Amino acid sequence: MNPLAMLDAAGVEDCRPWPRRVLSRPDWSALVAALKADAQPALLALWADTAQVHALLLDEAMATVLPVSVAVEAGRYPALSPARPLAAWFERLVHDLWGHVAEGGRDARPWLDHGRWPHAQPMAPRPGPPSTAANPPELLPAEAEDLMQVPLGPVHGLIGEAMHVRLTARGDAVLRAESRLGYTHKGTLVLMRGKSPRAAARFAARLAGDATVAHSLAFARATEAALDMAAPPRAAALRAAMLELERVAGHLDALAVQADAAGLAGLHSMLSTMREHLLRGIGAAFGHRLMMDCVVPGGLAADVAPDGVAAILAPLEALEPDLPLMRRRCQALLGRLDGLGVVSRVAAFAWAAGGVVGRAAGRAFDVRRFDPACPAPTPPEEHVGDAATRGRVRLAQIADGIRLVRAVLAALPEGPVSVALPTASGEGIGCAESVRGDVWHWLRLDHGQIAAAFTRDPGWSLWPLAEAAIAGARVEEADAILHSFGLAASPVDL
Amino acid sequence: MPRRFLPGPLPAAEPSGPVDAETTASLAARLNAAAQRRLGRSLAIRHVNTGSCNGCELEMRALRGALYDLERFGLRFVESPRHADVLMVTGPLTRNLRAALEAAWDATPDPKWVVAVGDCAVDGGVFKGSYAVENGVGTALPVDLTISGCPPTPARLLAGLRALLEAHAGER
Ligand code: SF4
Repeated sequence: MNPLAMLDAAGVEDCRPWPRRVLSRPDWSALVAALKADAQPALLALWADTAQVHALLLDEAMATVLPVSVAVEAGRYPALSPARPLAAWFERLVHDLWGHVAEGGRDARPWLDHGRWPHAQPMAPRPGPPSTAANPPELLPAEAEDLMQVPLGPVHGLIGEAMHVRLTARGDAVLRAESRLGYTHKGTLVLMRGKSPRAAARFAARLAGDATVAHSLAFARATEAALDMAAPPRAAALRAAMLELERVAGHLDALAVQADAAGLAGLHSMLSTMREHLLRGIGAAFGHRLMMDCVVPGGLAADVAPDGVAAILAPLEALEPDLPLMRRRCQALLGRLDGLGVVSRVAAFAWAAGGVVGRAAGRAFDVRRFDPACPAPTPPEEHVGDAATRGRVRLAQIADGIRLVRAVLAALPEGPVSVALPTASGEGIGCAESVRGDVWHWLRLDHGQIAAAFTRDPGWSLWPLAEAAIAGARVEEADAILHSFGLAASPVDL
Repeated sequence: MPRRFLPGPLPAAEPSGPVDAETTASLAARLNAAAQRRLGRSLAIRHVNTGSCNGCELEMRALRGALYDLERFGLRFVESPRHADVLMVTGPLTRNLRAALEAAWDATPDPKWVVAVGDCAVDGGVFKGSYAVENGVGTALPVDLTISGCPPTPARLLAGLRALLEAHAGER
């Protein structure tokens, strides 16, 4: 049976704007079997609460999101990973945080839990004694004696992420790359629980500094959906502009990091200078250079400064004439990335890869389509899927982002920038387009307090795709490929 | 060997908005003089991420960028703690990264200094009290300088490093 038809027949629980289906255990197992035979819908996320396991599916053709749940019985639920490999990563998380066991799952190794927490399963009603998970964490063993293992991390790069990628190589050729995350796990979901949405927004804003607007906005939209309300028009417009500004700054940073790693000092300096001017303008307009805590449930924490629009437009105007020069100088970088780290179109769809990685591979999915305050973005033109194409997509998005910011600010509505939140109950889902792609937040409010919450950063699909893209490359190319993905550990480690 | 000292107080608040170019230039000049005159060589900094959200890294990268041009002032970032004088630590110190931080410290030759960068590294920041964090770098290592902010701006980072350099020079 078609998986979508199965979901149509299921019972629903109130969740806005997308109702959540609740399946019996046999129906969930039947859904897993149906998903094995059908590539659609794609899996965005899998998470849990104390009673149920939830999956977020995406029907790409209809641009519809399908949350679907199954009850956990005696601490177990039927695994989804046999039908959707991405689910294996989430199943490990669900086990480490809630203790629910995925029956028939593809990978039962611990992930977030490195055996260092005071108690295991911190989200369970009764957390357990400390686990005996290995630290340093357990990775797959090398199967043959002539294989060499090359570690990258746990702190990677000059000023970079805390993560660990282990390459298994024969001579110069990488046979397998395995990433090990969880190092930056901060217990964010537990910290959010029991708080008001305004208080919990500080944690959403700190999932990833380079996607703080996107996470804050997706979280705010989930809250507003749960409460069946909307931010005022001026806030909606400013949010759209802030999101573009964050992405323009993020693409400049990602390219600067790549130029730095490639030893292209002139290009690094040009890109960092452009970014710095932009951040100073943003700081003048919103009081924070990264716009952290500026987007809150109900609207914005504060209106843009009186001369803030001018402060934003000035660096954009200065930047625009330099774009052709920037593109030309980036050729030196992109030339080295030609053909490296290919993500195929099929893989991009199967793993629901968003952002530059998805677009460079021919998957144009972009959640800005759900935002009436955002003018239509320009779709990408090529889909080779390699690191060089990802770089070109970044360049195109910088130019497009500048265009969109200007269009939004030129028609900025007057009026308030926030509304008070009622102390009510409800369940909602929100999304926003970050520098890495689509960010999703789900939450359930109980009399104005967060009863349960989860977030899906695009990194969930990008880490496994980066692993696959590095396999087959040469050892010395691994760094450049990793950098081209612009990965972050914190929003995935939670 | 005395390793701990009290650096001069940092400016209480950062002017929001564009950094005053003159202030930055004069900070830079003092930094340069202190680095060259007293140390006779540049100060090597190793960044250690103990669970940051990456906001602090964004501002540290901005500091390294052209407009602040650290290397001109005798400050540079290095890849290995073995070549470092200063560990600049970001993040609330997650339990899962404590061993990595201690390994970086052990690998750094004496004399060495620890700078806690950002509210998280200072005392855990918003993550203070979580089962998964150890509430800042100071719970694992002796901290010589704290630079607060979430994240601290590049100008504030520069002021902090200047304070470190001057105190360091005065100690010799
Ligand atoms: S201090 Fe703020 S910006 Fe820095 S790591 Fe912590 S939350 Fe992120």
